[in-house]
Amino acid sequence: MSTGSRTVASRLPDLVGAAHVLQDPAQLSFYEIDGVRPGAAVRPGSREEIAEVVKFAAAENLAVIASGARTKLGIGLPPRRYDIALDMTRLDRVIAYDPADLTLAVEAGHSLHKLMGVLGDHRQFLPLFVPYFSRTTIGGTIASGVDSPLRQFYGTARDYVLGMEYVTGEGVLAKTGGRVVKNVSGYDLHKVMIGALGTLGVIVSVNFKTFPALVATRGFVAMFENLERAIEMRERVGKSALTPLTMEILSPRVAELFSSEAAGRISSGTMAPDVISAKHWAFSSGYAGNEKVLARYESDFRGMAERLGAFHVTVLDENTRPPAFSRKREFIPIALASSPATTILKISVQPARMKEMLTETIRAAEGNSLPWAALARGLGIIYMVLLPGDRSEESRGRVVKATEQILAAGAKLDANATIPWAPSEWKTALKVWGLERGDFAQMQRVKKVFDPQGIMAPGRFVGGI
Amino acid sequence: MDAKLLNDLKRLLGAEMVLHRPEELMLYEYDGSVEVARPNFVVFPRTKEQVVGIVELANRYQCPIVGRGAGTGLSGGALARHGGIVISFVRMNRILEIDKENQLAVVQPGVVNADLSAATAPLGLYYAPDPSSQRACTIGGNVSENSGGPHTLAYGVTTNHVLSLEVVLPNGEMARLGSRALDSPGYDLPGLFVGSEGTLALVTEITVRLLRLPEAVKTLLAIFDTLDDTTETVADITAGGITPAACEMLDGWMLRAVEAYVHAGFPLDSAAVLLIDVDGVREAVEAQAEEVAEVCRKHHAREVRVARDARERDLLWKGRKNAFGAVGRFSPTYYVQDGVIPRTKLPQTIRRINEISEKYGFQIANIFHAGDGNLHPLILFDARDEKQLRAVIKAGDEIIQYCIEMGGAITGEHGVGMEKDRLMPLLFSDDDLDVMRRVRDAFNPTGLLNPEKLLPTKKGCGEIFSRPLPAADATRA
Repeated sequence: MSTGSRTVASRLPDLVGAAHVLQDPAQLSFYEIDGVRPGAAVRPGSREEIAEVVKFAAAENLAVIASGARTKLGIGLPPRRYDIALDMTRLDRVIAYDPADLTLAVEAGHSLHKLMGVLGDHRQFLPLFVPYFSRTTIGGTIASGVDSPLRQFYGTARDYVLGMEYVTGEGVLAKTGGRVVKNVSGYDLHKVMIGALGTLGVIVSVNFKTFPALVATRGFVAMFENLERAIEMRERVGKSALTPLTMEILSPRVAELFSSEAAGRISSGTMAPDVISAKHWAFSSGYAGNEKVLARYESDFRGMAERLGAFHVTVLDENTRPPAFSRKREFIPIALASSPATTILKISVQPARMKEMLTETIRAAEGNSLPWAALARGLGIIYMVLLPGDRSEESRGRVVKATEQILAAGAKLDANATIPWAPSEWKTALKVWGLERGDFAQMQRVKKVFDPQGIMAPGRFVGGI
Repeated sequence: MDAKLLNDLKRLLGAEMVLHRPEELMLYEYDGSVEVARPNFVVFPRTKEQVVGIVELANRYQCPIVGRGAGTGLSGGALARHGGIVISFVRMNRILEIDKENQLAVVQPGVVNADLSAATAPLGLYYAPDPSSQRACTIGGNVSENSGGPHTLAYGVTTNHVLSLEVVLPNGEMARLGSRALDSPGYDLPGLFVGSEGTLALVTEITVRLLRLPEAVKTLLAIFDTLDDTTETVADITAGGITPAACEMLDGWMLRAVEAYVHAGFPLDSAAVLLIDVDGVREAVEAQAEEVAEVCRKHHAREVRVARDARERDLLWKGRKNAFGAVGRFSPTYYVQDGVIPRTKLPQTIRRINEISEKYGFQIANIFHAGDGNLHPLILFDARDEKQLRAVIKAGDEIIQYCIEMGGAITGEHGVGMEKDRLMPLLFSDDDLDVMRRVRDAFNPTGLLNPEKLLPTKKGCGEIFSRPLPAADATRA
């Protein structure tokens, strides 16, 4: 710890109460990020306490990283410094929920899964079916910027977060936006907090627009002999009148991942064995509506799939869809559990260039003898999983080479390629946040406003910001 | 200084692209709001390089600069509050690219909103945000104000459709924010810049998402005998989990004004109507229209009409979109408010607005995006009477005050501009505003770009009403 543990040890209990300061190394190990252990962990019980802790950290020049369920701390670069772990889990209240207005304000430490329960009682939900769903908190979900299969229809958090309370790197408690569904009063500062990985401040609470529960859902999965056909299917569905909730292309190895022991542990239920196969590319798409609407979707979907020579179309109903859906939702954790050195690239590309991008990506993986699996969302978000057999130097070399090739191909195709998940000790050799960006100078300007001393999650994000 | 700057501007842009005579500048001293402020120059760049050149000159002469589109704004965002150069983007009005496969378009800021949808319609695509002024307003202006419109209820406002921006920063530097592909790594800069009301940068190019035109659309007109029934219907539609593509309310006075102008067949004797669009695949539209009609009938709708064809539908919407213009036939000026409230609070808010109308003796016509709780009470008055002008501002503030008490906000889509900057402290603490101010200063440190907008200033509002106001103009809405 930069100013010595004693300062921290003596002052933190005054700020949050002795019972909420952890300094035992065994306990602190839970808060490690890429092997970096904090000097202390605190569990503030109110927004004011968070502000006090950050103010103290700013005065002492201590680095602060907020976390909730600590499920996604593997995303990004190792922290340059890490003095205080700010455990947000005591801030777990629903501040306001007006079901008739479909708006919600909730503290960052609230469990996402439990929140869905609260909303479910009013036949509502948030379209945030993100990885680590049963454990993750609201704050972690929003700060990490992870996406949900439902983004095809509902967009991402930026489309339904209405406002936020946050604490800046100087310990100032402030708010942005509001709790109405339409609002242009002031700058949309919450937009930059989403997915900023805690580098601009601490998200204290989030206001959401909620959504009415779906009447009935159905999923359709078509199996194709190759990537080209699956891509063609995506294009046809995209140009049709259908309004899918989800749309994914799954590579052959995904079947293996989804039937693994890890998948059974991480996701729910048992997936029927014939839904996807280890030999084929799958195109999967989900829909909602009444019986008549769903029947129309099914017949259109079948028609398009058959014309493209699909081997097989599976219809997933209320009972068979959840196991498949939860596996898609948990694709990242399942993949991470599938190899001792899983490295995952996130590549966003314009939809019409998906085929080319995927082809280049696969070439890079196979050219470097790396087993791989891919899940690509219809909007052009590709999750490419590299599955080396071990963490050896040799494996690292192949992964570095493959990712460099993928990043270079991405640059040519105007894609954004990053490597959010990789073994900690490999990260220095990888371009975790991708190639240098033209708008980085503007990001630094934003960073300086919110965190002038650079104490919030230093080094973790794009450009080592 | 002015003469030298004028010469430099002329040299940069050509003499015909620089306006400086008082009679020319008068046309640019107002927008769609009640605010007035005259610039010293109005310039018309054709290229981004020229925009950079203008910004460099402004810096050299320490002269304020304000970007402007079609001047349809409703909060004074594009007015030169402290004089200086107004940069009109109307000559940068080319659609640079329509990418059918990736469903996006790249446009210059001066492209008129409706022109983009017209250009993409043959491909089965459209640009979703549809402000009522869409036949005149520009996409650059929409980006600055984060404009909404009736159909943003289901499809979101401008920020939900902008992928990337090319901007000129106040120091003359150019930057590209975001990317054509989704999820540009790093901070969401387009998210910050959209809706920043031209205080962070001048936008020179915009990449927007296009949506697929729906297979089917149905437009319903629900006619009510009381305002309470109308507003309760809206609250019930929302609470019932039905999301129409649009849900607009027009009160009786407004209806009669619109009908006299558009002849769309609006009932003249009703208390209010709801104009509701549902869209999607045919089967879903059928079901949704029935659900909506059911809720309307439950709340004693006298009649629920369904437009028989596209012509009838267009006529009803023409009525809605020309409503502000229609008011011009009855009143020399109007002051339109833009408060937002939780949708459950519609009934009492409308009652309160009526009380305020009686208290001040102003006719208030109500027309608004009911589905998202975004109110547009139009307070009718005569701006030539200074006393009326002051009273109307007070009446407007009272409405906004009530919206805030209901848990709402001061502006839903018109922006803060120079009209509501003084109201910002009602919504935000000093600390909240201080962070915003620092964000502005990080990009606009000299404050030359659109000075004293969006964030409260210490000055009173008296000075901005010192000039005569223009009469209501039927073409702006």
